[in-house]
Amino acid sequence: MAQEIIEGLKRALELIVSGDPAVLDATFRSLYVSTMATLLAVLWSLPLGLIIGSKEFFGKRMVKGLFNALLGIPTVGLGLILYLLLSKSGPFGIFRLLYTPTAIILGEALLITPIIVSFTTSAIESVDPEIRNLAKTLGASESEASIVALKEAFPNVILAIFASFNRAISELGIALMLGGNIWGLTRVLTTSIALETTRGNFELGIALTIILFLIVFILSFVTNLLKRE
Amino acid sequence: MILLWSLTLLITITISAAFTTYYFGVASRRRLIISTTTSLYDTGLLDAIEEKFEKEYPIDLYFISVGTGQAIEHAKRGDADLILVHAPSSERAFLTSGYGICRKIIAYNFFVIIGPSEDPAGIEGCNVKDALTKIVKAGREEKALWVSRGDESGTHLKEKALWTLVGFNWTEIRKENWYVESGTGMGKTILIADEMEAYTLSDIGTYLKYYGDERISLKVMVSEEKPLLNVYSVIAVNPKQIHDVNFEDAITFIKFLTSKKCQNLIANFKREIYGKSLFYPAVPLLRESPNSTIAQWIKEFAYFNGTECPEEYRDKHPELYG
Repeated sequence: MAQEIIEGLKRALELIVSGDPAVLDATFRSLYVSTMATLLAVLWSLPLGLIIGSKEFFGKRMVKGLFNALLGIPTVGLGLILYLLLSKSGPFGIFRLLYTPTAIILGEALLITPIIVSFTTSAIESVDPEIRNLAKTLGASESEASIVALKEAFPNVILAIFASFNRAISELGIALMLGGNIWGLTRVLTTSIALETTRGNFELGIALTIILFLIVFILSFVTNLLKRE
Repeated sequence: MILLWSLTLLITITISAAFTTYYFGVASRRRLIISTTTSLYDTGLLDAIEEKFEKEYPIDLYFISVGTGQAIEHAKRGDADLILVHAPSSERAFLTSGYGICRKIIAYNFFVIIGPSEDPAGIEGCNVKDALTKIVKAGREEKALWVSRGDESGTHLKEKALWTLVGFNWTEIRKENWYVESGTGMGKTILIADEMEAYTLSDIGTYLKYYGDERISLKVMVSEEKPLLNVYSVIAVNPKQIHDVNFEDAITFIKFLTSKKCQNLIANFKREIYGKSLFYPAVPLLRESPNSTIAQWIKEFAYFNGTECPEEYRDKHPELYG
């Protein structure tokens, strides 16, 4: 086993240094797809998280519970549901999205929505109510006080966004079901790893895993730096 | 926070606009979506075929590698233009249900029964019937194990058919302790069988790859017998049943697969690496020596009403069967 991992490490270095076109292709597609998915998800999840976190309304506990539960949705299951929706004989088949990068982007955006919503909600809620009160005693209006609270929650929201990017780039089920792992069109790092494993090319699989890990690692590192500031 | 949101909106719109323009720019070539059985794709054969085909035709081949069951399901839902599969009984149902059309047998090989070199059930050199009977006996005596794919793939369907042929009821024996279901692909199943020192049924391509790379030590116990015959076919999706499937290009690809050039490619694929062919071309065999033993086996096993594709399922392409 150790031998395969060492060989995989060597292979990963070779692939990165030589700029292997197939690996580069999958790497860039992974980055593109998960970046777009994260951006899209932020667009609807951030306002949603803000509202749930700062307003009181009937059924708030239910909504929060639902999003928390959705954090654990299995990606293959979500992939299967979305496949049935996007399939030519499904309700959204007319858009011909199945087996395109767009389908993966949509799927992953849905997958990470609960992460951003849940974490934004709890970030907003965990802002000390004293801060809001303090702002008000210093003469801030209700909306100005909310903005102060938002600023306090900001670092944790950024953290949630990066965490959801990591989730998107490292998931397999949706990319496989909605993208079909088509060479040159929808093949991403995780689907390549799955394919090379079934093909018995374990070193290549390990090499691709290392590349994926490096991306996630660098990103986490940058996030930590940002957080400290 | 509001700034962050607006910034995200701006970036998203810009990138999607840029990518959409790019995407429609390069999509000038026609596309053919092919749902295929994993054993053809995972060996790399289809990559080699794709390379040759795309040089000659302005058509992009998009392979979706899944099991035979899933490939047929994809096709029925309209998510594939063409399927490459290896389960004649399911293929017949696919034709008669009206979804499949223009079936051609393109290649064949043999499944292998593999097992640990100690051979606890003593099946080496036996015929299929004796071998499986001995495995069941040894299994019940707790001397041997059998690993099954258990995933409704072509290989799994073959395995079930073999148990029936030998006279066992698969739904009964699967409950017994010596019978293990992996529920996963061929490669992983072989690895599991190797770890457990168990017997299993494998396609020859996956076995040779894992054995050649010294990942497993399982040996071939039974092979090249009629019950182990494995026949690969291509079937187009019927445009009368599924609206706007790419039928025209599907026929082009079927003609290419059955051409001399492609059949040669199949015969020689990775032959030098493994010292034997992974797949044998079926078209020249059936045409030039229809009375040979193997041609007879193929006819008995994979023909419907004495032909690879009954006339009512040939659409307007009798030239495929000339």
